[in-house]
Amino acid sequence: MTAVLTRRPGLAKIRTARSPLYLLCLGFVALVTAVALLAPWLVPYDPNAIDLGNALAGPSPDHLLGVDAAGRDTLSRLLLGARTSLLGPLGVVVFSTLAGVAVGMAAAWRGGWLDSVLSRSTELVFAFPGMLLAILIISIYGEGLIAPVIALSIAYLPYVSRLTRSLVLAERARPYVSAYQVQGHSGLQICLRHVLPNIAPVVLAQSTINFGYALMDLAGLSFLGLGIPALTPDWGRMVFDGQTAIQHGYPLSAILPSVFIVLTVVAFNVVGERWADRVARRTP
Amino acid sequence: MRPTQTPHTLDVQGLRITLPGTARPVLDGVDLHVAAGETIALVGESGSGKTLTSRSALNLLPPGAVVEGAVRVRGEDVLTMDTDQLRALRTSAVAMIFQDPRAALNPLRRIGDFLTESVTLTGTMGRADATARAAELLRAVGLNDSVLRKYPGQVSGGMLQRVMIAAALMGDPALLLADEPTTALDVTTQAEVVALLAELRERFGTGLLFVTHDLDLAAAISDRVYVMYAGRIAESGPAEALFARPRHPYTAALLASTPRLEAPQGRLAAIDGQPPDLRQELPGCPFAARCHLATEICARQAPEPQPAPGLPRHQAACHHSDRLEGSPVDA
Amino acid sequence: MNFLRFAARRVAEMAATLLAASFVVFGAMYLAPGNPASFLLSGRSASPEALAAINAQYHLDDPFHVRYLRWLGDIVQGDFGRSITYRTDVSRLLSDRLPTTLLLVAMALVVVAVIGLALGWIAAVRGGGTDSAILVGTTFAVGTPSFVAAVLLQGLFAVNLGWFPSSGSGEGFLDRIWHLTLPAIALALYLIGMLARVTRSAMAEALDSEHVTVARSRGVPEHQVIRRHVFRNSLGTVLTTGGLIVSTLLVCTILVETAFSIGGVGQLLELSTTTKDFPTVQAISLIIVALFMTVNLIVDLLLPLVDPRITLGSRSSSA
Repeated sequence: MTAVLTRRPGLAKIRTARSPLYLLCLGFVALVTAVALLAPWLVPYDPNAIDLGNALAGPSPDHLLGVDAAGRDTLSRLLLGARTSLLGPLGVVVFSTLAGVAVGMAAAWRGGWLDSVLSRSTELVFAFPGMLLAILIISIYGEGLIAPVIALSIAYLPYVSRLTRSLVLAERARPYVSAYQVQGHSGLQICLRHVLPNIAPVVLAQSTINFGYALMDLAGLSFLGLGIPALTPDWGRMVFDGQTAIQHGYPLSAILPSVFIVLTVVAFNVVGERWADRVARRTP
Repeated sequence: MRPTQTPHTLDVQGLRITLPGTARPVLDGVDLHVAAGETIALVGESGSGKTLTSRSALNLLPPGAVVEGAVRVRGEDVLTMDTDQLRALRTSAVAMIFQDPRAALNPLRRIGDFLTESVTLTGTMGRADATARAAELLRAVGLNDSVLRKYPGQVSGGMLQRVMIAAALMGDPALLLADEPTTALDVTTQAEVVALLAELRERFGTGLLFVTHDLDLAAAISDRVYVMYAGRIAESGPAEALFARPRHPYTAALLASTPRLEAPQGRLAAIDGQPPDLRQELPGCPFAARCHLATEICARQAPEPQPAPGLPRHQAACHHSDRLEGSPVDA
Repeated sequence: MNFLRFAARRVAEMAATLLAASFVVFGAMYLAPGNPASFLLSGRSASPEALAAINAQYHLDDPFHVRYLRWLGDIVQGDFGRSITYRTDVSRLLSDRLPTTLLLVAMALVVVAVIGLALGWIAAVRGGGTDSAILVGTTFAVGTPSFVAAVLLQGLFAVNLGWFPSSGSGEGFLDRIWHLTLPAIALALYLIGMLARVTRSAMAEALDSEHVTVARSRGVPEHQVIRRHVFRNSLGTVLTTGGLIVSTLLVCTILVETAFSIGGVGQLLELSTTTKDFPTVQAISLIIVALFMTVNLIVDLLLPLVDPRITLGSRSSSA
């Protein structure tokens, strides 16, 4: 075992090195979460207070990050925007993870017709890109965050359920499961008590990566003015508003939300992939 | 002590290879030679460095390896060759037969393509000539030339190892390196492949370095045997002498742990302990920790190879070779 | 022979999934509160003419399954119904706008394929610092939504530097290409990152395989080893991302066309979503899903050419 390890020096190096990128990303995730939680106490101005006389002003002691084309304080909108921008993806991830694990576990444990019905529906959902499904539903329900979050949850569910299914199938084949069965534990008990804790790290890593994608999709929808209500500050909508500012030569109010979107997505992706790698290494 | 007129087919001298992130060399002063047309067995456990030793003849080393010593093929040092010389060496002078033929052939390319690629891509042979030679060699290893158009997934493991042997002969090599060529095969196929190798070696007059962990196979096929342990040659010599009277406790222990029919009690003696880890420095004899003859000197000073009395070609690197004679092997 | 059975099965599977998808797209409007007619008109004055048009398209007086089958029959014949907002045939709207969008998607596809494959190849083969640099770069590419890329590229290259037009789709072929260059890059960025990562990991895996060492040991020149044994063996994995790439490109045209005010199908989808023009949304959704599945089918049929193991399947063990 040790001989195999030492024979591949490249891998050994990666194993031991603390990746600075990962730590940086973990820090950023913590920071953005803190900002989203504390935003109402941090904001200097009402994010929707319009001051047309002051429109497109650059950074000043009054407005640290300047104001947008409608004279609204960019810093306040950015901080409060973190709430909506993170709340949506959180909803998507929580719903798709809970439902996906339940579905995947049922499919793997029961097998048979349930498994084939579920895998057929998975294929059907895969045919609809998440954004398209959300647009279809928004065109029916109109404004509001709930409809796109549910649509994206459905679109992301198969990724979680497919993963859970394969993990549970592998777990089920391990001897401890039959040992518990022999002792008369019920399937549900074994699943919740023993299988679930074992597969949780992998599923959570996948869900963390999904968070970044959901953030991208929801920001895109709000860029289009779909989903999120008009007055709610949101990074995607800020990029859209900032487009006008760019045309007038004041790019700051578009660049800042863009940077926050990209950094948040990157941070969640890096953290999720790192966790996935770590788990994958533990179980070869 | 070795003939000076014609250089050996393979001559490894003082080969020391260090990999990054390890405390001691993977190979530590390996001396080994294969004379023209000779069959040599290189025996050892996995991790002993036997595969690396054989691959050094092709300068096929892991990235980051620091190499000292010399590896000469027909008098030319392989380690200092440039890309073109190395390509010429690999396409013609030396060829290797790998352990698992399933893994050794690209599953997405036809077998004919595999056989001819080395000679056609280096411009050694035209496509038509190469295909003709491939067909001829396939017949020589007992296969039909319809195999040329098949994919590796369509033929059995035994047939694939024959293909591998045919591929090794494409460039008419002076030296064949066979790295456990039978380990991945089932027992009946193993015997066929070994017989085929012996026959072809005879017919084409190539030298053969046969890497194996199977002592009986080594005894059956080879003229001389090298026993490796933890990157060093523990013992070397003519096959009969070495197996009849091992002069290194490791060889003796290996022989005792091999199941054989004529063994009186049918009880096997496993070797206690583990081979030393690469992260651990070894100032003394690498086998000392597992050796029942070990004394205080063994941990302190690495033994040099010493010839057996009256048998200059039978050498063992052990401080206590003389105490081994007559000592109970399976104790 | 083996291949034909394989192909027939794939085509049948795709037809079944497409049928199910069309049912989802059709049935979605019954999720709306209220009756279908008022939903389809959604607040607009219900003129007799409009009501008649809706009835003609959706056959609202018939039972549900008849409605669905008639609607499906019309679509198969190329009749996507009438747009409520534009008061013309949806198929007319589409045929006016589809060429622009397809050109945009094709340009982006070329950019993705060339740059994505090249970056993945270089990262896998060079390794070390080059690999890490490309890894960081693609990490950011994968984290940049196409609308962010669109707005930033537009600000820098169109507004600030003035190298490219900031909106519209241009007249004549070359002018179109010029107008669509920035949008195509914005559309491609995310997928370049994705494809580069897929290519890199597939090639790195192939590089580790024993047959690559064997090829090297036989003196096969290194560039041939990479081409014939490493890239060749990663091609299957790369090809399977084709469907995902095309569907992502199509969906993201809604963002990029809106950002650059390009009169294509994506912008039409955005407009018809905000104006609740459901027949148009249905038509475009169905087209995107159908294109995605067609590309997937083509990929599936090409895979046996790339990987003979798929149709040969057999791994005979007789000596």
